[in-house]
Amino acid sequence: MNQILTVANKEFHDGLRNRWLLSITLIFALLSVGLTYFGAAASGAVGVTSLSTTVASLASLAVFLIPLIALLLSYDSFVGEQESGTLLLLLTYPISKSQLLLGKFIGQGGIISLATLLGFGASAVLLYVQSGDTDIFSAFGLFISSAILLGLSFIAISYLISLSVSEKSKAAGFALIIWFLFALAFDLALLALLVGVEDGVTQQGLTQLMMLNPADIFRLVNLSGLDSSDVNGALSVAINANLSQTQLVTALVGWVVLPLALAILIFKKKTL
Amino acid sequence: MNTPLVSLVEAGKTYGQLDVLNAMTMSLNEGEVLGLFGHNGAGKTTMMKLILGVISPSRGTVEVMGMAPDSKAAWYSRSKVGYLPENVSFYEQLTGLEVLTYFIKLKGFANKVGKKHAIDLLEQVGITHAMNRQVKTYSKGMRQRLGLAQAFIGEPKLLLLDEPTVGLDPIATRDFYKTVDQLKSNGSSVILCSHVLPGVEQHIDRAMILSTGQLLATGTLTELRQQAALPVVIKPFSFKAEKLHDVIAKNDKLSRFLKSVCENTLIVPEQEKLTVLKQLLSLDVLDDIHVESANLEQVYQHFLEKNDVKIQKNTPVGKCE
Repeated sequence: MNQILTVANKEFHDGLRNRWLLSITLIFALLSVGLTYFGAAASGAVGVTSLSTTVASLASLAVFLIPLIALLLSYDSFVGEQESGTLLLLLTYPISKSQLLLGKFIGQGGIISLATLLGFGASAVLLYVQSGDTDIFSAFGLFISSAILLGLSFIAISYLISLSVSEKSKAAGFALIIWFLFALAFDLALLALLVGVEDGVTQQGLTQLMMLNPADIFRLVNLSGLDSSDVNGALSVAINANLSQTQLVTALVGWVVLPLALAILIFKKKTL
Repeated sequence: MNTPLVSLVEAGKTYGQLDVLNAMTMSLNEGEVLGLFGHNGAGKTTMMKLILGVISPSRGTVEVMGMAPDSKAAWYSRSKVGYLPENVSFYEQLTGLEVLTYFIKLKGFANKVGKKHAIDLLEQVGITHAMNRQVKTYSKGMRQRLGLAQAFIGEPKLLLLDEPTVGLDPIATRDFYKTVDQLKSNGSSVILCSHVLPGVEQHIDRAMILSTGQLLATGTLTELRQQAALPVVIKPFSFKAEKLHDVIAKNDKLSRFLKSVCENTLIVPEQEKLTVLKQLLSLDVLDDIHVESANLEQVYQHFLEKNDVKIQKNTPVGKCE
């Protein structure tokens, strides 16, 4: 346990030192405050928009940003240390491969979790000050925790990349492809399936397909409770299918645990 | 002393079809310094990795402190092993002190003790003046010293050093060997991999010469010299060089050792050394004499050349100077 904490502590401080925490927090805070205030600008009004509109806009932005940031933060975690030779050195120390991996995960996960909490939490506080509505905290609570899970999931996925390739540049390339697939291409493909193939998938089938993508699960968690007027695309169809929030959140947790377990397995098999 | 600290029995490693290490048998006792020599890709690093337990042997057995180093049981003993990899660049954005403190913590030291130990080690390798600077500002030599400090954490029982003197200036190299001698007298064993042959000789007890995964020769330097049967170079000197040359040329016992290319240099087999020396000393014209046994480099070259007949003998043993 000590070893895990030592590694986690180092990774977390690396995140502070490289200004990762600061910049992610700032990006999230600016975005969420901006969206909270000016989200209604399109409809001709400036001021605090409705809670559901705000969360919907935040969720649609976060679904692109968080995976990208998580992948950027962690894609070189292992391949970088492998290239500089410290990975080999660490493995001669009394620390197991799973301890090293979990330590890194806790440290980097801590960075992204804290940034998400601070960044988006800022606009929750702002909204509360404006309206005094306590519903804000439950809505943002769910949004922030699912956003953290999304970030953790993509950190675990980038470990898979980082452990499977032997060069840093390759890892960066793969990270970008993974982001493109999960954040953009997957949804487009689903939409194409819905529109292009008549009776291709049932509503039930569509929702199940969406479980294959953590980004879509995140969307479902945050948008299913909202007015359907704020939601469009493949989602609006899926939303009507009834999957409970608990099931969705469990699926998202699964998307953290499974890639992480797989990463440990790959790491154990890896020879240096 | 009865059980060796490290022992390899017929240990080999295969990557796919490639045999990188072939049936290696060796043992290392407490307080012994072993030099591991061989060209790139000879299997030195693979052997070190086997001993470190980072990889498992494909054949044979490896034991370190009575346990297989890749087993769970050997966990505790890992904090008693120090390793300096050949190519390592430490976390650039951290300071030297932070890097060392991190590694010290991972070796199981508590925070307070660790910090003091870190400063002691940095002092030992002579980079205390730069300990609060980021590693990216370090020169190659300073990085190497930081690596050495890392290997010395916790007074290891076993030290594996891959090219430890690369990038070190002569004074740092001398300091490094001093530390090795000191660790040795404390009962630590050291395995030293090096390309820089001069200077290593007086610090190692035994040498192993590897080539393409094969053990070419092993033993103390004296044993290796005997195995190689390399001649001794004797250079008599006189202020009257011409006269000396004549005398030697006329003397039957001496002239046959004369080498045509080098003036006044005798290449003598080890067992005839004394006879030739006595003969030379009896000459009146002699003013000085210089006797040179084969050094490690020549022994090393001899074994490599014997192994690979295709290699041209471009540097014959017993050069003029």
